Amino acid sequence: MTLADMQFQVPDLRLASAEIFMLLMACVILIVDLFVKDRKRTVIFVATQLTLVGAAVVTFATSTGEIGYTFSNMYVGDLMGDLLKLLVYLTVIIVLFYSRDYILEREQMARSEYYVLALFATLGMMVMISANHFLTVYIGLELLSLSLYALVAMNRDSVPATEAAMKYFVLGALASGLLLYGMSMIYGATGTLEITAVAERLYTGQANKPILVFGLVFLVSGIAFKLGVVPFHMWIPDVYHGAPTAVALFIASAPKLAAFAIVMRMLVNGLIVLVQDWQTMLILLAVLSMAVGNIAAIAQTNLKRMLAYSAISHMGFMLLGLVSGVVGGDARFALNAYSSSMFYVITYVLTSAGTFGMILLLARGGLESDQIEDFKGLNKRSPWFAAVMMMMMFSMAGIPFFVGFFAKFSVLQAVVASGNLWLAVVAVLFSLIGCFYYLRIVKIMYFDQPTNTTPIHAPLDMKILMSANGLAVALLGIFPQALMSLCAFALLRSL
Amino acid sequence: MEFKTFVFYFFSAILVFAGLRVITSRNPVHAALFLVLAFFSAAGVWMLLQAEFLAIALILIYVGAVMVLFLFVVMMLDINLDRLREGFWSYLPLGSIIALLMVTEMALVLGGNYFGLFESGVPQATAEVSNVKAVGRLIFTEYVYPFELASVILLVGIVAAVALTQRGKRKNKSVNPAQQVFVKAADRVRVLQMPAEKRD
Repeated sequence: MTLADMQFQVPDLRLASAEIFMLLMACVILIVDLFVKDRKRTVIFVATQLTLVGAAVVTFATSTGEIGYTFSNMYVGDLMGDLLKLLVYLTVIIVLFYSRDYILEREQMARSEYYVLALFATLGMMVMISANHFLTVYIGLELLSLSLYALVAMNRDSVPATEAAMKYFVLGALASGLLLYGMSMIYGATGTLEITAVAERLYTGQANKPILVFGLVFLVSGIAFKLGVVPFHMWIPDVYHGAPTAVALFIASAPKLAAFAIVMRMLVNGLIVLVQDWQTMLILLAVLSMAVGNIAAIAQTNLKRMLAYSAISHMGFMLLGLVSGVVGGDARFALNAYSSSMFYVITYVLTSAGTFGMILLLARGGLESDQIEDFKGLNKRSPWFAAVMMMMMFSMAGIPFFVGFFAKFSVLQAVVASGNLWLAVVAVLFSLIGCFYYLRIVKIMYFDQPTNTTPIHAPLDMKILMSANGLAVALLGIFPQALMSLCAFALLRSL
Repeated sequence: MEFKTFVFYFFSAILVFAGLRVITSRNPVHAALFLVLAFFSAAGVWMLLQAEFLAIALILIYVGAVMVLFLFVVMMLDINLDRLREGFWSYLPLGSIIALLMVTEMALVLGGNYFGLFESGVPQATAEVSNVKAVGRLIFTEYVYPFELASVILLVGIVAAVALTQRGKRKNKSVNPAQQVFVKAADRVRVLQMPAEKRD
């Protein structure tokens, strides 16, 4: 190749305007911070929230509903990406509202860097969601992970937080290494890193299959690390437990959406020809995750740790949708299966944000309240928030007419349609086991005597948002159709 | 033998020797220095392949930055080698079985059948333009998106480092010149009147 051969097209910046806006605003906030004297950093908080709202407006305004590529096909803008990005902004806005009081009570966290790092993490998620190139997937992932490592370590004097950050960093680096190794193998086999081009070359059979499968194993392991499914789950309980609750809330919510997006981009868009291979791997991961997650969660006394194991089992359940897309070369049910997974992950993020938000609501005066015992007799302290927490727990357990039920139901429907009846039976069995520990929280809240009878003090905005979050879980359970068809429509226009 | 071939074998022999010494030398500082030698020889081999940019980058980044940092860490951490070597012989049988298994498995997969020289073909000769120019051009055109994002990652690194290490205003003993010039002798020196003591 000589220099004269290279044709350079000026990239269409409109498609990526949300990312550009986000980056600019993050840098502006970083500079504005120099002139803010207020210890509470209210200006920075408001600016961060406005940035997220602004990014949502930009994403919404520039969404065409068509698939568009830019930056030499490294960036893809489509409806699935736009929908997931809007949900990421929404989740981060909710997360920052919930964390506001928590971080103000902790001197080392009450700094503008907290908000700036949250914005950079959001940018990383946006890059992951819109990636059409293995390199951009990786760079987005690193941007997200680096910001998260720093956020976990932010409460410097807390030994568990530092330990959690260290574990997260080392294991995250290992996972990135696995992912990169897999990518380089795929590059070796196909000669390209562009996801759509990889799909094309695989389709025309110009690739070396053994090398590809070799790379796929590493790729799936890397993804499994990031999703936190068994046997790559060991970091999840330690990080959720050790990290400051506000950061655990962040890790447990929005990044799951981005992880779902990269699974869709890399495995479904890029390596669909190898679908039989990766479906088998994902089935194994899914079954193991549901087993280990649900059984280990029973033994926990710390609510954050319990939620970590619950996250593992939920991610396993979500994978079930992804493994039922193609049966023996027949992709009739693919749309249904993938959109059920998307619905599952969206509703999980919503519920998970609410549950961690409740731990933050109870944590007052610099003290944590992350033990399950801290929820004893919550009904006597605040009947309304006990009811909200009950809705969250019912939804997570998958009890009918809360949104979690429909999420599980639609995934199971996809599994049954793909003919893997045994898989559906296993999933239901482990969900039943899972009900135990969710319902135990409800029992503790309603039937045990409170050890701490102080009424709950929380700022009004948090109370309103918490209530809205609970109502969303209930209302989406009664009217799941709108969101479900939105997911299906977005995927239909993007695949 | 052509001179170029001789140079290749020369660099390769040093590379293999240095690589072996990295894992066999008992002193970690020596190991790190042998790694530097290995990088230098690898850079020489790359130079033969006309990949001059890679060769220079290897020396600048790995030898110049990474290995120096590494040496500092090795020298600062007082690693007790005897404790590290404890139980070496008792773990050896199990360890070697696992290592042997892994090597066999990898040889089966990565062996000549799939990953051999003839499978992947000989790399084409590089372009007639200089590497640096080609890489630079690619970075600022086709790869501008990941390139810009990589800079954002560096920015996050800086922000994180500051956020994690800065502990508010430093309580140091710096001098305020504005106050210093207004100081009067009376502020600093106190003259005491003391009765003279008599000598016994």
